[in-house]
Amino acid sequence: METKQYINGYCVIENNSVTVNGQQVLNTPGLAFPEFAKQAYQLADAGYPKFFKMDNLSKLAFLAAGLLLKDEVEDGKDNNIALLFANSSSSLDTDTKFQEQINDRDNYYPSPAVFVYTLPNICMGEISIRYKLYTENTFFIFAHFNAEFFAGYAAVLLAANKAEKVLCGWVEFYKDSYKAFIYIVSHEGSTEHTADNITKLYHT
Amino acid sequence: MEAQSRLAHIMKTTNVYIAGTNCITPLGFDVESNVLNILNGNSGIRLYTNTKLLATPFHAGIVDDDKLEAAFTQAGSSRAYTRLEKMMILALKPIITRPVADGRSVLIVSTTKGNITAIAGIDNVSPDAYLGQLAENISGYFGFTTQPVVVSNACVSGILAVSVAKRLLQSGMYDNAFVVSGDEVTEFVLSGFSSFQAMSDEPCKPYSAHRNGVTLGEAAAAALITTDKEGAIARITGDSSINDANHISGPSRTGEGLYRSVTNALNETGVKPEEVDYISAHGTATVFNDEMEAIAFNRAGLAQVSLNSFKGYYGHTLGASGLLEAVIGLESMKQNRLFASLGYDEPGVSQRISVITGNSSKTINYFLKTASGFGGCNTAVLFKKIADGN
Amino acid sequence: MEALKLELKEKIIKILNLEDVTPADVNDDDALFGDGLGLDSIDALELIVMLDKDYGIKLTDPAEGKAIFFSVETMAKYVSEHRTK
Repeated sequence: METKQYINGYCVIENNSVTVNGQQVLNTPGLAFPEFAKQAYQLADAGYPKFFKMDNLSKLAFLAAGLLLKDEVEDGKDNNIALLFANSSSSLDTDTKFQEQINDRDNYYPSPAVFVYTLPNICMGEISIRYKLYTENTFFIFAHFNAEFFAGYAAVLLAANKAEKVLCGWVEFYKDSYKAFIYIVSHEGSTEHTADNITKLYHT
Repeated sequence: MEAQSRLAHIMKTTNVYIAGTNCITPLGFDVESNVLNILNGNSGIRLYTNTKLLATPFHAGIVDDDKLEAAFTQAGSSRAYTRLEKMMILALKPIITRPVADGRSVLIVSTTKGNITAIAGIDNVSPDAYLGQLAENISGYFGFTTQPVVVSNACVSGILAVSVAKRLLQSGMYDNAFVVSGDEVTEFVLSGFSSFQAMSDEPCKPYSAHRNGVTLGEAAAAALITTDKEGAIARITGDSSINDANHISGPSRTGEGLYRSVTNALNETGVKPEEVDYISAHGTATVFNDEMEAIAFNRAGLAQVSLNSFKGYYGHTLGASGLLEAVIGLESMKQNRLFASLGYDEPGVSQRISVITGNSSKTINYFLKTASGFGGCNTAVLFKKIADGN
Repeated sequence: MEALKLELKEKIIKILNLEDVTPADVNDDDALFGDGLGLDSIDALELIVMLDKDYGIKLTDPAEGKAIFFSVETMAKYVSEHRTK
């Protein structure tokens, strides 16, 4: 039995600000990302020390996802929420950090904890682990946020019964510039799941 | 209501096939040469001493630069392409036999690190380091008019891209998807795997008792995924990519994600485990990966299915591995021939699996490709041989 | 040895990003892995890099790591015996 698809919650994190479903829940102008992230962590999902081992991209994704998932995911249930993520710079923010560790042969100490984050899909792995999501995960790269693709592919996952809900995320982090736009697509909600509506929310 | 029902209906009733394939590897620049070398038990893995890449000698499967240059010069181009782009273009070229500027064809590029050498030792990262740019460069060479799709999902990328293609085509978004995967052996990845103490000091031995790590490799592979049955090799009947939800680098001890992915792919196809004829598995030769696979395959009822890892021939080609190994696995299917799992000597996993120890004949109708990767990802894709009624 | 143990505690906390943990929270004999501080396989590899970078000790057999990294006490003993920096 098919039903319509809706955007059922969204979160935007950029410029030291966190907005959930259109309401700003945190604003800390002037803070560097690590400090801002620590404050957002208190809101999103405190009590998970592994957060502090994550790289910038994973922290950003984890925070935005956490703000939506903490009320969405039910303990003991199957929570069939697929993860559909994308960005434009992949893991370059961490790649450049790892590269610095290997540039000088006289000071050559590549770190496994940094290397593991030189893949963009790790951020989805962190979310899957935290919320026990044994679900479809795919990480795509686009030069710019691609609402048409997100709309189309999320619809495909749901129509093919590969998932009951889809957590869609544009999570971009490179040097000082970051933006997370994450939303849930499901069969319930009031905002129809269309490329236009997604684009509107992206720009709020 | 209408739109979603229509989409579900289209997806259920649209068949997707894999047609042309090609690969660029140390074992040759076409599928035929690769298969010939594999049949003769030749490995593309060598011992290298190259302190620019790693301080100590290392085993790896590396494409010969001179051969690559010669082949690419023949292909002809005015723009300067990166080494990886040359590999990918050469992989794709022979399978692009129909016009791609039709608005119904999409290019899907899969890679883990792309042009990662473009970030070495400089302050400003070259635009080529961006995977979107890499895809545009490939797209520009062939004249695609649609936006390229890039899949970057650790070591399942190559086969996950096939799954993505299947879904996009089933939905009616496109008629043809040209999938190309590639990754290089670089200082970046050698340093990284080295920091994980994950590299074997000898050519890798998947599933073996004394295996002690990966051998890295590089390759490019390409495939045409299409709704047109004409000339197709196989139908893609089931696909699933389920996360372990356990650890970002260590595989699940219960093989949860791989088990679920495989089971989903079989259920989608409507076949029982005993109907699977052959598995091209991941087999990286780390202690934990191979053990996890043995557990997952047993849970899925696949302990008796003939299985190999191609990493003994190529090393672990990262983003290329899933597609490269599927391409060779499809040759097995076409020829009804199983290829030996090179590097395997004594059984080394706690649960029984049926590793192929010598080349042999076998009728293969259902071929399963699996892969796993950092971030807890797993992908399983089931292929069915084309016969009347498929 | 006390100074070295304190130094190791500070390094462990910093390198492994143990937020809200102070050296006072870590007893010399506490198990670092498993339930103790909850360190995992990547942390163990990081400690191997630390041994090399800060103390000039190259662990040729990572399996030795289990015994060496059992606690701050065992780490301090090993470092003081093998350090070249």
